[in-house]
Amino acid sequence: MSQVTATPAKSAAGAKLTPEMSAIVAKFGSAVAPAQYDGLMVTDHSKFIEIATFVRDELKYNQLTNNTATDYIKEGVIEVVNQFTRVPQGGAPLTLKLRVPRPAGNDKTQAVPSLCPLYPGAEFQERETYDMYGVVFEGNPDLRRILMWEGFAGWPLRKDWREAYYEGDTKPFESRWPGGDHKLAEDRVPWEDNINYPPGFDPYSFKPNPDGNIYDSMLAAAPGNGLTGEMAIVEDLNAAELAELKTDEIIVNMGPQHPSTHGVLRMVVKLDGEKVTDLKLALGYLHRNHEKIGERNTWLHNIPYTDRLDYITGIYNEWGYVLGVERMMGLKTTDRVEYLRVITGELTRLASHFWAIGFLLNDLGAFFTPALYFITERDLIIDLLEAVTGSRMMCNYMRFGGVSREFTSAQWALARELAFERLPRTIDELDHFLTENEILKARSIGTGYMPADRSIAYSLTGPCLRAAGVKYDVRRADPYGYYDRFDFDIPVFYNGDVYDRYLVRVQEMRESLKIIQQALNQAEKNSKVGDIQGGKKAYNHRVPAGQCYARVETPKGELGYYLVSDGNQNPYKYHIRSCSYINLNSLKEMTVGQKVADTVVILGSLDIVLGEVDR
Amino acid sequence: MATETTNITDFKNDPRVPEDLNNNVFITTLDKLYNWGRKRSMWPMLFGLACCAIEMICTAASRHDLSRFGWELMRASPRQADLMIVSGTVTKKMIPQIVRLYNQMPEPRYVVAMGSCATSGGPFKEGYNVVSGIDKFIPVDVYIPGCPPRPEALLHSFVRLQEKIEKQSIRSVRWYTTGKTDEGMLVPYLGPDLVDLRRADEIKQKTAA
Repeated sequence: MSQVTATPAKSAAGAKLTPEMSAIVAKFGSAVAPAQYDGLMVTDHSKFIEIATFVRDELKYNQLTNNTATDYIKEGVIEVVNQFTRVPQGGAPLTLKLRVPRPAGNDKTQAVPSLCPLYPGAEFQERETYDMYGVVFEGNPDLRRILMWEGFAGWPLRKDWREAYYEGDTKPFESRWPGGDHKLAEDRVPWEDNINYPPGFDPYSFKPNPDGNIYDSMLAAAPGNGLTGEMAIVEDLNAAELAELKTDEIIVNMGPQHPSTHGVLRMVVKLDGEKVTDLKLALGYLHRNHEKIGERNTWLHNIPYTDRLDYITGIYNEWGYVLGVERMMGLKTTDRVEYLRVITGELTRLASHFWAIGFLLNDLGAFFTPALYFITERDLIIDLLEAVTGSRMMCNYMRFGGVSREFTSAQWALARELAFERLPRTIDELDHFLTENEILKARSIGTGYMPADRSIAYSLTGPCLRAAGVKYDVRRADPYGYYDRFDFDIPVFYNGDVYDRYLVRVQEMRESLKIIQQALNQAEKNSKVGDIQGGKKAYNHRVPAGQCYARVETPKGELGYYLVSDGNQNPYKYHIRSCSYINLNSLKEMTVGQKVADTVVILGSLDIVLGEVDR
Repeated sequence: MATETTNITDFKNDPRVPEDLNNNVFITTLDKLYNWGRKRSMWPMLFGLACCAIEMICTAASRHDLSRFGWELMRASPRQADLMIVSGTVTKKMIPQIVRLYNQMPEPRYVVAMGSCATSGGPFKEGYNVVSGIDKFIPVDVYIPGCPPRPEALLHSFVRLQEKIEKQSIRSVRWYTTGKTDEGMLVPYLGPDLVDLRRADEIKQKTAA
């Protein structure tokens, strides 16, 4: 199929039909119908896998970008949303939706078909949707809770589920405003009043099993070479006897407080000697309920929360969110705003890659020396961001249609000094000392291999995808901001291993510098200093009813925001398509067969941040 | 000899001190010597929870240089650590592990609650998976406000903790008195929600009704 060429036909239900959507409608007829705002509603669930296969094989939407659900409590349905992207061509995503009736109480919904057989990258995303909404995906290989624990009562993102500190559905809460009397939250809502212990629950006799059956499938599969549990005293082994030596496979838990898991990730690794034979991830140790809090917050409230997703690149996360809201509201920005966004955003990309490379070396055993040098450089960048925005990491810089502060002339000079003098030298130095380093190459070449087609199928994005030879970068594939005004390349390497991921990051830092340099020069010529707000300033934004999927290319990959508005001052649905989380999907395939020490390196090369993984 | 405040020069012309030992003998209390050694060789536990951990790493890095205070040796094992820096949001899913880690640390042990989240739940307090402050489960010595606190704030907390350690006396601290062993804190578990066993009776009453 060709890209979008014809003018989209307006359908009766409201969604504009693209040629691809028309092709689906033409082929499947009454099984699909245009959805209200965007995409197609699959009315006949039994045809869903067939339609998805058509989408993947005929229409070439080869990556599942986003899977989530929305709870429409008034209509009594839960809507499952799937979004597909063509990689590496890009363009707007294709949306397929399914609706299931809302079950009563804490029951699970009726089953919907899982996309895992077609798109292996669906596994974690479907598990999250199951965890948050209780939507059952038939065919998902490991449908357990992922962010919460097994046995948790209720499905937290359903609209009628209330958390312990529940005060109202949406902010601003009457209890805090406008009376103005400050009260501690504990006094307003004592915690025990709203914790969901089911009736008859006995805390003494309850047998907790938070991991579910995480070990069962690992124990069941491949019981080693004749595992009996017998011990033998072995003397004078020859080669033949060595081959017959009985060895046990053991299961090791790494994390959640392991220093090399980049936070509170937990890996359950099955080992045969030093070789990894199976791996499972236990997530959610930093699940901070961004999405539930985000639905209670007003639109503006959410900007500082996005900083805390991927806390190394706060500004870029904000960009994705304000981009989505601006698209829904039809807000215009100014030239100055766009240039400032590019400059600060790309500076955080540099900071993030410094951090990633430093800690990759840390994981490789170069304990802390490279990281110390790169933290020093990162400190220079965040010094500038702090001077401009007021905070080192949680900048809270973007606004709808604008940014919060202008650079002073001294800060501008500092930015120029960093972009033209200091950072290029640092990157050259980094390249000089590390890239040809023998140990780095020996450890990382061929480690964590993931070919291009598998990478796409696993919904991998960011440097890891580009290291496998797929030239997909949202800045070019689904452009936003002023990136079309800059001359820069998308670095691609072809071996799909840890070393190439490192090389991609180094090259991306050079490209980022090129962008920053051009942006600084262009901003001086083409924009007015102080013109940092398009439209008029507002605290209380009313976003027109609708939905939007906005994505940006953060240093870790494609960060997307799926937003649904019902016309009120709060998001009705606020979902974060987190690249770190989805990239972790492929960790098992990269790791199995490698040594356990390489597990840590492969994880380091994925460059995850747990704040974004668990949200 | 055992005076509380000791000035070296007092002994310079003291006939009880032989001449060749002048300026070579320092007299102090055992408490001071003991605390002086302790406060300058704290080993924090190497574990980070969330955003604050990044600032903790920056504190340990070259610019802020934690080793000036003798605290740079971060241990990955709780059994070798004296200090737990709770650097980030404490979730219900994580709290059993944190309490267990705390119990595994040998006494004397100290806890610094770094940032708003560890102190009170911070911006995520309303979350269904967030514990409103680590002090609901383990005792905290120093709280640092901030989201995240700057490295200087973390350093300041170390200085405050050193002041606290200085005031402790070897005669009265619990870990040297017999018969008063610390069993650690009760580890909560993950049931339908987080179950705090200290309140088990209360919960049982409520759910039975």
